[in-house]
Amino acid sequence: MSAAVRENPADKYLRKERMPSIWCPGCGIGTTVNCFTRALDASGYDLEKVAVVSGIGCTGRVAGYLKLDSFHTTHGRAIPFATGLKLARPDLKVVVYSGDGDLSAIGGNHLIHAARRNADLLVVCVNNLTYGMTGGQVTPTTPQPAIASTTPYGAFEQSFNLPHLVASCGGVYVARWTAYHVRQIAKSMGEALQKKGFRFIEIIAPCPTLYLRRNKLGEGLDEMKFYQEKSVVMNGADTREVSLDFRDEIPVGKFVDIERPTLEEAMESQLSKALGAKYVPYSLPVKA
Amino acid sequence: MTTATAPAANKDAPKKEKKFRGVVTVNREHCKGCGFCVEFCPLECLDLEADYNAKGYHPPFLSQPEKCNGCDTCGLYCPDFAIYGYREKLDGSAA
Repeated sequence: MSAAVRENPADKYLRKERMPSIWCPGCGIGTTVNCFTRALDASGYDLEKVAVVSGIGCTGRVAGYLKLDSFHTTHGRAIPFATGLKLARPDLKVVVYSGDGDLSAIGGNHLIHAARRNADLLVVCVNNLTYGMTGGQVTPTTPQPAIASTTPYGAFEQSFNLPHLVASCGGVYVARWTAYHVRQIAKSMGEALQKKGFRFIEIIAPCPTLYLRRNKLGEGLDEMKFYQEKSVVMNGADTREVSLDFRDEIPVGKFVDIERPTLEEAMESQLSKALGAKYVPYSLPVKA
Repeated sequence: MTTATAPAANKDAPKKEKKFRGVVTVNREHCKGCGFCVEFCPLECLDLEADYNAKGYHPPFLSQPEKCNGCDTCGLYCPDFAIYGYREKLDGSAA
């Protein structure tokens, strides 16, 4: 009857000595990490063959908290580091886990070119609509007319529609969820881990300390209830129609799921066509 | 048709005995009291404690253990990996 107390299923994927995390109460990043651990758990992958690369920022801390081979890179450069890692070690599953400021602003060019080249990466973008760690500045994803520390009278620039940006550049798997959709995130991450090519999952998450407080929108829990109320599942929708507006409906779902040759496959096929027998495909050095 | 009569027969039968119970484990000191687990528990069986942990937050507890079915939705929502649920078989064997 007295079964032993079971271990938290997330524990074996975490560096427990670093807990509790630096994330604020009501922040959604931890929820997404929790979903990621469940997706990894369900996939049954060898954890020695999964690597996580993060940039800088609140979400950039994820690489430090996951007990996998992880890499905390320079600001905005998570995708180039990850592309290099994947090219040198094709046997690894490489996951880029970073925030909207890191991926779409400072690393915006890397994001579009990795999508264009179809680098074999899973990119998880936790979008909290602001720069969290540096003090709530406006990002390319901040909707008009939200208030940020650098736009005290309201943001006036048009914001990025990240799923459309990535889909139009050639991403093979594009989905968006909010931190409220935990089961869907876990399922989506599981699906995306199985696929090859540039896979992009955007997760809208609350930033209670900077974005919500500055815009007088309440706590993280209030924002989660807002997601519950305002999300509309639009699987397979045209990504042109899924832009985010301030306090308006949030289109979520899996928008794109296609197949096309990855960076490595395209390189192999072109080089073997051009060079014929002279071409020696890259392979991992065999351990003595 | 044998299947057609089956639901009618079950209606008066005593409720199926529970084969398992839900268990929720809370790491009180890692909790930041965000309330996600309490709000999104599908069976509404969690509540925040009146007490504080060392950091001054109210951790959750299983206020209605008979309702919990161990679905682990709280565990998925928790941003601090401080709560999780599981099912324990009532006959003593491992679930």
